[in-house]
Amino acid sequence: MNRLIKSGALAAALAPLAGAARAADTGAAPPLDWNALIIFAAFVVLTLAITYWAAQRTRTAKDFYAAGGGVTGLQNGLAIAGDYMSAASFLGISALVFSTGYYGLIYSIGFLVGWPIIMFLMAEPLRNLGRFTFADVASYRLQATPIRAMAATGTLVTVAFYLIAQMVGAGQLIELLFGLPYLYAVVFVGVMMIIYVTFGGMIATTWVQIIKACLLLIGATLMSLLVLAQFGFDFNALVAKAIEVHPSHEKIMLPGAAVANPISAISLGMALMFGTAGLPHILMRFFTVRDAKEARKSVFWATTFIGYFYILTFIIGFGAIILVGPNALYHDVKGALLGGGNMPAIHLAHAVGGDLMKGFIAAVAFATILAVVSGLTLSGASAVSHDLYASVFRRGKVDEATEVRVSRITTVALGVVAILLGVVFEKVNVAFMVGLAFAVAASANFPVLLLAMLWKGLTTRGAFIGGFVGLIGAVALTILSPGIWEAVLGFPKGSALFQYTSPAIFTMPLAFLCAWIFSITDQSTVAAKERVAFEGQYVRSQTGIGAEGAVAH
Amino acid sequence: MDDAVIKRIQRDPNYIRLVAERKAFGWTLSIIMLVIYYGFIALVAFAPSAIAVKLFGSITIGLALGVAIILAAIVLTGVYVLRANAQYDDLTKAIVNANAVGGRK
Repeated sequence: MNRLIKSGALAAALAPLAGAARAADTGAAPPLDWNALIIFAAFVVLTLAITYWAAQRTRTAKDFYAAGGGVTGLQNGLAIAGDYMSAASFLGISALVFSTGYYGLIYSIGFLVGWPIIMFLMAEPLRNLGRFTFADVASYRLQATPIRAMAATGTLVTVAFYLIAQMVGAGQLIELLFGLPYLYAVVFVGVMMIIYVTFGGMIATTWVQIIKACLLLIGATLMSLLVLAQFGFDFNALVAKAIEVHPSHEKIMLPGAAVANPISAISLGMALMFGTAGLPHILMRFFTVRDAKEARKSVFWATTFIGYFYILTFIIGFGAIILVGPNALYHDVKGALLGGGNMPAIHLAHAVGGDLMKGFIAAVAFATILAVVSGLTLSGASAVSHDLYASVFRRGKVDEATEVRVSRITTVALGVVAILLGVVFEKVNVAFMVGLAFAVAASANFPVLLLAMLWKGLTTRGAFIGGFVGLIGAVALTILSPGIWEAVLGFPKGSALFQYTSPAIFTMPLAFLCAWIFSITDQSTVAAKERVAFEGQYVRSQTGIGAEGAVAH
Repeated sequence: MDDAVIKRIQRDPNYIRLVAERKAFGWTLSIIMLVIYYGFIALVAFAPSAIAVKLFGSITIGLALGVAIILAAIVLTGVYVLRANAQYDDLTKAIVNANAVGGRK
């Protein structure tokens, strides 16, 4: 049991909505929350209006994939924050702090520290080299077919696992708060994201993400202030009370499950930090700004907003321990938290601000899910239309209108697939999936992208083998870990071959190693040409000469 | 860009300076961030009890470090932006102008 807690902990933090106790399982349907419904309906109406407006402005492929390239640094920073701060961050981390204390905050920190690395090593060259997807950058001087196929696979795997976790989580949350059956909830989320992305492309997605980021930041700030107000704005008193109230008392200040073993701790740290730098839906946002300077500003604003939000999770988490933990109002007769383990933040909103605040925070949680799934879907659709269809299948001989049409069709298909996956995985604990998405991003996307931009010696062979080794390795080791092997596949406890929290510590260096070995041993004439072509690529990556500009409408 | 332009830019003193300075600065800041974060992870992994040591009142080393790391990440990215805005953009402009490549499309 103990080991299961340790190994499942990453997963639990990353995709907390999934696999929690379900409202449907506890019997009576919960009463409809009118406050949440009205606020959420307002969000839906507003975002649909924006989608209509965005659709008028979406004419070219550049509009569809990159919002015309004219998003400002501040706007993009907010949109990145909206794309990145999923419901896992908000509900999951506060739930984890609620149950285990300081352990949850290790995730708050880990989720942020990838951003400076993106800034210092990646943001500017990425913007200078790419057009619509990170595969543009990875394949800039390498052979398009294998590299785009590899990058698109990495993108689709990352997006699929992330999407499943979000869909299942969304279904459960909506079911819980509005009493809407799970199936309808999942279909609703799928249909909304299809509408946003198909009609409004990146322009609508950007604004949905910006609005959501603002709502989430306002909501979290309000909650934190209301919590602190109960303790005379003394964080020290808040923590002291939390230690007094929590059943584990002083132990909540220890890192807890993170110290299961040092390898797990370091591996988890690597997955969080470098996975951030390999998430395709995040990387794609860098192509929506005018130039490298705006890309740089985007990262600064994103880091500031995300960092601020994670500092608030410290207050919200400890606040929930005190105000939700001992309060019988939020527990059923058996003492279990109403609505399942992910609800502390929602209950805390009620505890500090009554029904209205609870409705607001619940609505924000939905908006959060919608914004994240939209970004994911657009990224997946781009990988299919721009990388696989236009570059691999049609060898670049395709006009923009057709490419965008394929992207829209793919969006609808991905939406349907997401709904189906949401239904299929309804009863499965999908908690490991966001963890897997981060591990794949850190082990496949990140090494190839970084080397392609910075290392002259990288060849197609090295990038292809390195990327796939990282991808397959991360997926295989995750399947062999207790989170899937025992919890999902039902093999006996202790039979899992891979006992660590995350595979990143093994698969990420392995991907780098393979990319290096298979590059330096590559004696082909193509490889020689690719090394020479690095010169021109590097000049462009440093100066932006020849880079895609913005389109004025 | 044809090879002649690439060669010319590579010999441009401004380009040499831009690349050298940005590379050194970017890697320095990256290493600072990596040391801060993996120092923290090492503490969590190898000396977990230190995380719960109280600094003042109920505020532990772990809490203080957590906030400090988040602030450090924000400050470091800010430092990079300030220097890049002050220096790198001017150098880039000079390179583009000097090599008469017409700037951005």
